[in-house]
Amino acid sequence: MSDEMDMEEGGTIKKFMFVNRKAPYGTIYALESLEVVLISAAFEQDVSLAFIDDGVYQLMKNINTDGIEMKSFSKTYRALEGYDIEKLYVERESLEARGLSEDDLVVDVQVVGAAEMADLMNEQDVVLSF
Amino acid sequence: MATVNIAGKDVELDEEGFLTNLADWNRDVAEYMAKEEKVDMTESHWEVIDFLREYYDEYQIAPAIRVLTKAIGKKLGPDKGNNKYLYELFPYGPAKQACKIGGLPKPTGCI
Repeated sequence: MSDEMDMEEGGTIKKFMFVNRKAPYGTIYALESLEVVLISAAFEQDVSLAFIDDGVYQLMKNINTDGIEMKSFSKTYRALEGYDIEKLYVERESLEARGLSEDDLVVDVQVVGAAEMADLMNEQDVVLSF
Repeated sequence: MATVNIAGKDVELDEEGFLTNLADWNRDVAEYMAKEEKVDMTESHWEVIDFLREYYDEYQIAPAIRVLTKAIGKKLGPDKGNNKYLYELFPYGPAKQACKIGGLPKPTGCI
């Protein structure tokens, strides 16, 4: 993995953004993204996460997965801080369109408008979409 | 996949010896795993195992070693929250060995 991503020899730190656009369950994208984010933390890169569209549901409080017989991974977002991943951006328009606010989320985030989100994406060296 | 009998109970393990069903865990299972890993369990070992299990309960993942070290330092003090101390307890990798003994999955990102 290290050669592909050019992170050897304590190399340069790149800005990575993981963009999450899908609802947490029903597809594997959200969980896969979260796992890649946790793994990427080992490489000590500058990591940020963006939550847009249905991706904002990933951070919602009180998700009950009993009915679909899957393990809920909501709590795992709270572990990100311990991994020094503290830049979580949530798009305001996506929250509002779904009748959600910051209080409905399991972690502290920065709510940004679509234009600001676009600027943040522009600053990245690598953007990975899930 | 293999089934072993631990203290009269059939327990399923994956190909690396981790518990398949996390609910199967108990102290007998931990002692069995520890023996397989050639770890002699002491109070200090249990302290790390208990910590890991609490961490898992709170976050639903097994932490990476760097995160484990930091979190243990915060909770149990800097003399325990360092690699040297944890590697002395679990020579073949604290995160991996302690997770196995603690009945947790392999840490995410652990290869």
